[in-house]
Parts: sequence; structure tokens; C-alpha cells
Amino acid sequence: MGMTMTQKILAAHCGKQSVNAGEIIMADVDLALGNDITTPVAINEFEKAGCTKVFDKNKVTFVLDHFTPNKDIKSAEQSKQIRDFARQMGVVNFFDVGEMGIEHALLPEKGLVVSGDLVIGADSHTCTYGALGAFSTGVGSTDLAAAMATGKVWLKVPAAIRFNLTGQLAPHVYGKDLALHIIGLIGVDGALYKSMEFSGEGVSTISISDRLCIANMAIEAGAKNGIFPVDQQTLDFVKEHGSRQPVVCQADPDAEYERVIEIDLSQVVQTVAFPHLPENARTFTDMPEIKIDQVVIGSCTNGRLEDLQIAAEIMKGKKVAKDVRVIIIPATQKIYLEAMEMGLIRTFIEAGCVVSTPTCGPCLGGHMGILAKGERCVATTNRNFVGRMGHTQSEVYLASPAVAAASALAGKIAPAV
Amino acid sequence: MKLKGTVFKYGDNVDTDVIIPARYLNTHNHQELAAHCLEDLDSSFVQRVKQGDIIVAGSNFGSGSSREHAPIAIKASGVGAVVAKSFARIFYRNAINIGLPIVECDAEINEADQIEIDFDNGKLHDITKNQTWDFAPFPDFLQQIIAAGGLLKSISGGKA
Repeated sequence: MGMTMTQKILAAHCGKQSVNAGEIIMADVDLALGNDITTPVAINEFEKAGCTKVFDKNKVTFVLDHFTPNKDIKSAEQSKQIRDFARQMGVVNFFDVGEMGIEHALLPEKGLVVSGDLVIGADSHTCTYGALGAFSTGVGSTDLAAAMATGKVWLKVPAAIRFNLTGQLAPHVYGKDLALHIIGLIGVDGALYKSMEFSGEGVSTISISDRLCIANMAIEAGAKNGIFPVDQQTLDFVKEHGSRQPVVCQADPDAEYERVIEIDLSQVVQTVAFPHLPENARTFTDMPEIKIDQVVIGSCTNGRLEDLQIAAEIMKGKKVAKDVRVIIIPATQKIYLEAMEMGLIRTFIEAGCVVSTPTCGPCLGGHMGILAKGERCVATTNRNFVGRMGHTQSEVYLASPAVAAASALAGKIAPAV
Repeated sequence: MKLKGTVFKYGDNVDTDVIIPARYLNTHNHQELAAHCLEDLDSSFVQRVKQGDIIVAGSNFGSGSSREHAPIAIKASGVGAVVAKSFARIFYRNAINIGLPIVECDAEINEADQIEIDFDNGKLHDITKNQTWDFAPFPDFLQQIIAAGGLLKSISGGKA
């Protein structure tokens, strides 16, 4: 029996010729990631186990991105614990305020992930790097502690769902629309424990930025990982951002998939996920008028330069609707700087938006845009659970940067035209 | 291992944001987290829960964020085990790694029922209804982690 792309990467990381779905393996980790919320728990576990040094100071990375610049004393104490630990351990890729960005935008930008890698992160959206043809998945703090100590992680080899993409996305339709469309189709546990393997001639028409967005949202369908085949776009991206050599793994022609889902990209339309689950996908053909109080454009899902360009193009020379607060969060310092040089930041500020330093902030209801009771927000983020961005009776509508920008101007949920 | 307790019943897709909202993630103190366990789903849970009680839920329990604070909050609140039709995968591994007993079982159990879980024999018995369900035991590798008392203990020879 052949192997899927994910299974190939897992086999290569546990010294086996082949692995089967359901098998539990101990795999070597190329990179182990933690953020300012999950790392303190990992440090405590690491120290309790009597560990005194990390397995490889180049292969452990900490990004302080959730509650930074620190929002209160307690979060400052947690960050300080990581700062002290990172210095003590000599962690090379430690990214603090001034250097940091939102972790899953930052690591590809820094060239820390290449095709064929096995990456774990104590953050559920670690699955983002599947866009580059790597196996990457979210784990917990104790897993991170174990990986910091040993360089290994236990994994159950996943079965797979294959998404065969044909055609090309229409204008104003982006990776986010496709991700929400798919989650709407299969549900928030439609890919539970499985890998989502994207393939087909349509892949080449999807930008790396959109692939990162789609792989990022794999967890919202319950998946272990989402993964794209490596093509010239991937190789160019990896070469541009780093010096490590990619390893190209391809699915075997006789690889087994539990299910194959055909998607004609040209049929995907602008999609919004209604509260309180990402699977509540709605299109503009059946949408009631929804007035909004806030718009957030940013996050690990949609805070890249391309996302800001899409939003700025829609907002250029216009004003956001009265009584709508629009928060723009470039995902990294580099993106912020490039957006500034391209004039995007001027466009946003002149339109009446605020622009924030990189942070996960409002996405998880941390800071920088918390919602009051009864308020509604259109966000380019990834979750719209009860209370996700603030009060339990507030509402988050997930959308692309284009829909978010159009909605900011209209004061209600609106399509990009 | 056997556990007996009173059931707190919830539905599908109980996510880690409602188990422990992000506004409380500025700490990882177990008791502080326990004080807000399930706050956004059931605000009276922490007042009502007693040592050894059991959460029974539908599919995809623990979906969303990877925050280990969620199983930590549940365990520190005194809950003895979580039974669900299915678990989100990161919650599943976090629970095993920190030693919170979980059972994947599609059983028809009601709020406030008394139930007993026999982990060694894979039996879930509803004492109130006098009905029993079977569940599959964990694979050997995971049983070793559970027996050691968590992942770090299993790799550090009991030091953690």
C-alpha cells in the first residue's frame, strides 16, 4: 500500500521505510514552537522532569505574540519566565517585542520551516506550514516540554482525506473563502484525527499566501494537518526566505484516502462563517442584513502582506462606516514595514482604521479589540466560538480580507465587488 | 482503575475557549484556572462540581485552541474523568499527557446520573439507569504514559 504525503514525511522522521494509518510512532522534530501562553506551562514541566538543557538550541523557537506587548502584570510575568529561560538555554530563535510577529506568519518569513520538515507547536494553528509541504501540527505544552528535552514527539499516523482541486478561484474569492467553504462542507470535526491533503491541477493557481491561510484553517475542520504538494512556487518561496534545503515528498500514486472530495475552484464564492462555529458557512445569496460594530483584519490566518494589499485596494480613497471600529494588524514587523513603504498604512489610517503592532490580540479575546455584550465583528481570524473575542453574547463573523474591508466601508456584512 | 461519580452533561463541540476563556490565560496556576473552569458554558459548574464528578459530552470535545490549560482546569476542578463521543485531537493528547482520564464512548447518559468507569475492562456502567456500554482500551503506548502518570514522568523515569 502506498503512502500519502503526510505519511511519507512521518516515515522519514522515524527511520522507517513505511508507516500505516493508526500506527503510533516516535518522530524526530525539526522545529518545536511555543508562544507566550503555552511556553510557561512547558518550562514548568521541563524543569520538573529535571531537564537542564534543550535538545538543540537551533530547533526550539519561542514567539511572544499572544498577550504582547504585555497587556497586564500577570502576562508580563509569564513572558518574563520565557525571556529568562530562553536566555539561559541560549535559544537562538527567540522572538520578543521588536522582532516578533504572529508565530505562523513569522516562521515561514524567517525561513525556519522548509518543505519536508516535521514541526510541532504548542499552538493549534501550527498546521499552517503544511502550505510549504511540511508536516506540522499543534500539540500541548507537555508535548512541547518533551520535545524540548528529547527532540521527539509521539504521533499517531493519520488517515487522509484528499481534496482534488481543479479550475481557478474567481476574482474577489480567496483562500479564506475556500477554507470556509470546505469546513462548511465537512464540518468542524469532518477531518478529525486525519490529514487534509490538497492536490490537483488547481493547486498551482493558488498563491503561497492563500495556501498558508487554507492550511492554517485545517484545525478548524478537526484535522491533524493540512498539506499542499511542493511546486515551483513553494521552492521559490523557501529559497527566498531561508538557506535550508527543502526535501520534496510526494504522495504515492496508490496512496489510500478515506475520502476524495472534488472541488472546482471556479464555483467557490465569497463565504462568511456565522457565529458560533466555523462550519456555519453562508454565501451572499442567502444572507440577511447584519450590521457590525468592529472589523479586525489580521491574525495568523490573514495578516500577511497580500491580505493587507487586498484590503487596502478596497479601502483606498474611501472612509470606513461611521460607528465601525476597524483594527488592522500586520502579522510581522517585516509586513508592517513593507505595508508602510507601499502606502497601505496611509490608506488604512486615512480611511479611519487603526493600525496595531503585530499581536494575536483580539483573535482570541486577549486584548486590542475586545467586544462588549451584543456587539458584532467581521474578522479575518479563524474562530467564532462563544466568547472568542469578548463577551459571550458578542458575535464574530469569519471572512476574507476582501469581505472584511468591504464590510468596514458598508457598516454591515458586504461582499467585495 | 475504576472511577465513580455524578454526571455533568454537555453537548457537541465543547471548545477550549469555553472550558477556559483566554481572558484567564495570563496565569497557569492550576487553582486559578479551576476557578473559571467551563465558565462561558455553565457559569454554575465550579460551584456545583465535587471531587470525582464526571463530565459526559457529545462529539469533538475540547476543539479549538491547544491550550493545555483546558484539561488542567478540568482536572484541578476535581473532575475525575471526561467521557465524550469523540475528542478533538489536541485535547485528547493533552489529557493523556497530563493524566486526566478520558473515555471515547457513545453512551446515552443523563445529567446527574451516577456512573462508574472500569478502565481496565473497558466498561462504562450507568448505575442510575442500570445500563452498561463497552469502550475500546487505549493503545499500549498510551497506556504506558497513563500508567506512568503523564508524558514527562514516562520519559523521565518518574522524576517529573
